[in-house]
Amino acid sequence: MDQFDELIQLLDCEGTRVENSQYTSTLDEATLLGFYRDMVLVRQLDMQATALQRQGELSLWAPSLGQEAAQIGSGRALKAQDYAFATYREHGIAWCRGVDPVQMLRFWRGTVHQSWDANQHRLYGYQIIIGAHALHATGYAMGAQYAGRVGTGNADQDQAVVAYFGDGAMSEGDINEAFIFATAYQAPVVFFCQNNQWAISEPTKRQSRVPLAHRADGFGMPGIRVDGNDVIACHEVTMRALDRARSGQGPTLIEAVTYRMGAHTTSDDPTKYRDNADDELWRARDPIERLRIYLTKKNVLNEEIASDIAREAVSLAERMREGCRQFPDPNPLSMFDHVYAGSDARIEAQRAEVQAILAEEGAN
Amino acid sequence: MEELTIIGAINKGLRRAMDSDPKVLLMGEDIGKLGGVFRATEGLQKDFGENRVIDTPLAESGIVGTAIGLALYGYRPVVEIQFDGFVYPAFDQIVVQVARMRYRTAGRLHLPITIRMPYGGGIGSVEHHGESPEAYFASTPGLRVVTCADPSDAYWMIQQAVASDDPVIFLEPKRRYWQKGQVDTTADLSSAVPMNGAKILVEGSDCTLICYGPTVATALEAASVAAKDGVHLEVINLRSLSPLDLITLNNSVKKTGRAIVVHEASSSGGIGGEVGQCLMQSCFYHLKAPVLRVTGYDTPYPPSRNENRYLPDADRILDAVEKSMSY
Repeated sequence: MDQFDELIQLLDCEGTRVENSQYTSTLDEATLLGFYRDMVLVRQLDMQATALQRQGELSLWAPSLGQEAAQIGSGRALKAQDYAFATYREHGIAWCRGVDPVQMLRFWRGTVHQSWDANQHRLYGYQIIIGAHALHATGYAMGAQYAGRVGTGNADQDQAVVAYFGDGAMSEGDINEAFIFATAYQAPVVFFCQNNQWAISEPTKRQSRVPLAHRADGFGMPGIRVDGNDVIACHEVTMRALDRARSGQGPTLIEAVTYRMGAHTTSDDPTKYRDNADDELWRARDPIERLRIYLTKKNVLNEEIASDIAREAVSLAERMREGCRQFPDPNPLSMFDHVYAGSDARIEAQRAEVQAILAEEGAN
Repeated sequence: MEELTIIGAINKGLRRAMDSDPKVLLMGEDIGKLGGVFRATEGLQKDFGENRVIDTPLAESGIVGTAIGLALYGYRPVVEIQFDGFVYPAFDQIVVQVARMRYRTAGRLHLPITIRMPYGGGIGSVEHHGESPEAYFASTPGLRVVTCADPSDAYWMIQQAVASDDPVIFLEPKRRYWQKGQVDTTADLSSAVPMNGAKILVEGSDCTLICYGPTVATALEAASVAAKDGVHLEVINLRSLSPLDLITLNNSVKKTGRAIVVHEASSSGGIGGEVGQCLMQSCFYHLKAPVLRVTGYDTPYPPSRNENRYLPDADRILDAVEKSMSY
């Protein structure tokens, strides 16, 4: 099967709306312009963070370049009461959940383990362990069920949970166990797999002989393949899967077929394992460009608005550069905080040791 | 006072924990209708329903991973791992996620999860049913690791574990499950001895015998034999393997000048080594003999026809006592 077979697409690469008998998006043009702005700014924040890593300000960064439509489309489908669990590449989701891009950098700079307050944004922090959080999402969704927050018919009350992960994660036991638990309990969780074609250096075909979405069948949930570079389609399929979850009809697996245009992380060198031809193929499928063309044709986007957004992007990048350098290194003694609920004699003794070293250094 | 077995006390303790906090959920394989393979949860699903006593798919990582999500939602999950030897698929979720949530989030999120498991050998079973994995967990910052050795501790400690805002690995000595004892089930939870403190079971002046879980009964047996020979062993039940109650241990060893640690788990990298090192650091000038260990050997758990040779028994403990006394 071709990698683009069976894809739900509502906006093609040339920026033309595609008719689909099953899926019709009712998004208005102002909302689409908002998505365009989201994608431009998220691309900017990603490129700025990559640059900051190159300048030695961040220890690492995992670029989301090329995956903006999958992230903004799905992220904007979430309601305030929903909860999301994401990986280290989901900067677009963090953006949709209201996380300030400057704050996102703290984790990558090495000043904290979690950049933001998970419950405030209803988004758990960057998960590094591949697939582990799909179980947390499923458990959280089971919690919503037990709390009576599923299937009540109250659109502002019923909750759903989204787990974001990639094609590589589809091989992890935890992902498969999450599918089993979610279907066994019909938990209100949406599994959103961004198939970006590469798990570091391994192509998706190393993970699976069938399209990833087909796996859903064996678990007993719907599996949907969507054009991951089509923000309208990503929004539509996610919104429907979330509605389905909130109304108590159980989980859905969405495979968003997209492309990791950048490296796995700033420590990776994709020229060692992938072809330029692929890069070109996917550049023609750029998620932002097709929406730009569409909105321009519709006279929703004009030069004035485009330059406003571009200015906003420049100032966001500036704010990130400033903010990143201003994060203080953590106090060494904070290393001993929050291991246990109360104090622990071992840890307090070690804290005192470091305190003594600091005092000695201060005295010298 | 009520006479209970250890397994019966755990059942009653869980019931009381569920009665007093509606957020407490039980999860595990076969814990519903069957009541667990050891019947720890017998009758609980009938009384609390399928949403609070949850039969899970057969996937240990899945059980612990979804318990994390439930705890993040605000529940207080109590997970049963069916046997010690089956916990390893959940190891990643336990040591990487459960143990570190509070630390990772700088105290914003925490996981009040209790992970119960029967552990230790001596039941004549096949491989993977007689293991003592406590050292893995005790060396993981962020986890509390406790173990009970009598019905009263089983009853109270399981409730303390469930009430703890830290994640707790709760180890149950399976070969002692049917040991009976008196439990005052009418007392207040707040009046029970805290689970992080060691207990002096027998006072003695000659040598301190440090044990926990299934080896407590063995140590008590050794102490009563030694007493007949005029050697007075002080028997301490550790109860908490992380953190260790070093105050109780130090006070005892400063008095006796001798210590022997007994456990079923292998010697290398075990609790005995940790206890011995702590005692050397705190009681160096009081020690009359090196701290000795009587433990399982540094082999995988043997086939059951050999387990009586592997497990510490009273004779091996008494040999160590003699070695220590004559040092």
